[in-house]
Amino acid sequence: MPTTQHAVSARGLGKRYGKTWALRGFDVDVAHGSVRGLLGPNGAGKSTAVRILTTLLRPDEGRAEIAGFDVAAQGEQVRYRIGLVGQNAAVDEILSGRQNLEMFGRLYHLGARSARRRADELLERFGLADTGTTPVSGYSGGMRRRLDLAASMILTPPVLFLDEPTVGLDPRARGEVWAAVRGLVDDGTAVLLTTQYLEEADQLADRVSVIDSGRVVAEGGPAELKERVGGDRLELVLHDESAVPEAVALVGRLTGSEVTVQAGTRRLSAEVDDRVAALTRVVTALEERGTSVEDVSLRRPTLDEVFLHLTGDRDDASEEAVSR
Amino acid sequence: MTTASATTRPDTPVPGSPPTGPARLGWALADGWTVTRRDLTHWLRQPWQVVFGLLFPILMVLVFGYLFGGAITVPGGGDYREYLMPGMFAMTMVFGLSETVMAVVHDTSRGVTDRFRSMPMAPSAVVVGRCAADMLKSTVTLALLVGCGLLVGWQWHGGPGPTLAAFGLLLLLRFALVWVGVYLGLVMKGEGTIAVLQTLEFPLGFLSNAFVATATMPVWLGVVADWNPLSATVGATRDLFGHSGLAADGWIAQNAVTMAVVWPLLVVAVFAPLSVRRFRALSG
Ligand SMILES: Nc1ncnc2c1ncn2[C@@H]1O[C@H](COP(=O)(O)OP(=O)(O)OP(=O)(O)O)[C@@H](O)[C@H]1O
Ligand SMILES: [Mg+2]
Repeated sequence: MPTTQHAVSARGLGKRYGKTWALRGFDVDVAHGSVRGLLGPNGAGKSTAVRILTTLLRPDEGRAEIAGFDVAAQGEQVRYRIGLVGQNAAVDEILSGRQNLEMFGRLYHLGARSARRRADELLERFGLADTGTTPVSGYSGGMRRRLDLAASMILTPPVLFLDEPTVGLDPRARGEVWAAVRGLVDDGTAVLLTTQYLEEADQLADRVSVIDSGRVVAEGGPAELKERVGGDRLELVLHDESAVPEAVALVGRLTGSEVTVQAGTRRLSAEVDDRVAALTRVVTALEERGTSVEDVSLRRPTLDEVFLHLTGDRDDASEEAVSR
Repeated sequence: MTTASATTRPDTPVPGSPPTGPARLGWALADGWTVTRRDLTHWLRQPWQVVFGLLFPILMVLVFGYLFGGAITVPGGGDYREYLMPGMFAMTMVFGLSETVMAVVHDTSRGVTDRFRSMPMAPSAVVVGRCAADMLKSTVTLALLVGCGLLVGWQWHGGPGPTLAAFGLLLLLRFALVWVGVYLGLVMKGEGTIAVLQTLEFPLGFLSNAFVATATMPVWLGVVADWNPLSATVGATRDLFGHSGLAADGWIAQNAVTMAVVWPLLVVAVFAPLSVRRFRALSG
């Protein structure tokens, strides 16, 4: 059996649909017991990367190994060593949680008895032990996700792939999934996780790859990336649209950074280092001029801002919509 | 939520690689059976759905046998319900097609198919399991419909051999359509397309000798209906059930039994490899 220090190792992966590359020149390494985040917007190529690494899709270019086994040539060995939590909770809705886990256990060739015992253990571990015979269609989104996680942990694989595991979940359910993932990582599982949320990558990942239009545009630890993206943002909503141009100039001067205006709105935003002090300064100055402010807040950079920053498209951003 | 510190590994040693040689066949069969069992469990958990599915062909028998039956004359002057039942049997096999497609599309759109494909199970298991479940269901449906036929006055006149052969041909037709269904299910995107398919099933079923003799249709339509694989199965089963007085015109009608074997086998030969290939290469 081949040995390697990496749970996942990919070089130059590429996948093309027609003329467009969904993924191109994709490199990634995931160390055993660590979490790699793939951060990117809709259509960035995150699922494509996950699908190639989980043997669901053949790459047009490049190669990848999971625990030393080649994804293209040794698919079956790879499938014994991975768990996949796909973009939608892939469990049978009519069956109960236990029935789902037993079925998947048998398909992992555990045998009827062990499959049943394993199902019990996992239900207990993921907080689903008292769901009884309720069909999965009656589960909440968070419960479904946890069952999905449990199903991918039946063999305790060394590598787990999570494709946007918390999309559509409320904050509480999201926290539950995060806790479950952390538990698995503590036990030595390597995780490759895709997400559209900077916060999620921040919370879970040791290393983050930012991808956009099929390419890795930045790579590093979460703290490192955030530093490159810049600090928090001050956001203002003005009462009058006519006051916008003047306010842009003023806020720019007071914060010393570029101000973006969301197209067609009265919403201004600018990067600030000294948070509350900057907020006070700006609001006071606007009030002195009699510009009425409807709303004001401090927030972390959004993913769009991260991208605009990392892909160097900032010039367009100041004129165009910076949505969300 | 319990946070157990150590992940318990399953006691049974898990092979790190799939079996080879003859063990592989047993492995594939076991996986196929697990997938089949999943469907059987669905029926147990949603019995009303099964009952409703069975009600439909029975209603069709009543509608055609009693409502329309009086207005339809049978070639050779036999009893219409006697003429109708083999058509109903075959028609029911055709209606199974959209059920197969629906099951496959549902799994694919929900990501269940992807989960199966990311697991170290036999690649054939999902398609084989689907096929076995659908065949089981169709056999039960057919048995029920036979009971219903006997109640409305239909019966077979041949010996046990030809009678069993007739049922065999009906199930062979269904078997062929399972593979068409699996393939369509894997190719189709979205569940909306199923409505289209269900609508198409009707002309496909009616454009045959299932309900009326093709001789009563305009010539060109009659030819199309004669060459409909469904007609071959219906004609063959009428022969095998010993429904006399049904004049067989033309080569295709006279060779119904042969065609009732050839047609489905041809369909399987095309669609089974296509389905298995499509399953491995999904969205590739
Ligand atoms: N089967 C396919 N046929 C054609 N194009 C595809 C196919 N699958 C993906 N694409 C394209 O490839 C690109 C990358 O898609 P991918 O699903 O990997 O993105 P993603 O980062 O997972 O996005 P999301 O956040 O929406 O899930 C997109 O532009 C998408 O339209
Ligand atoms: Mg995706």
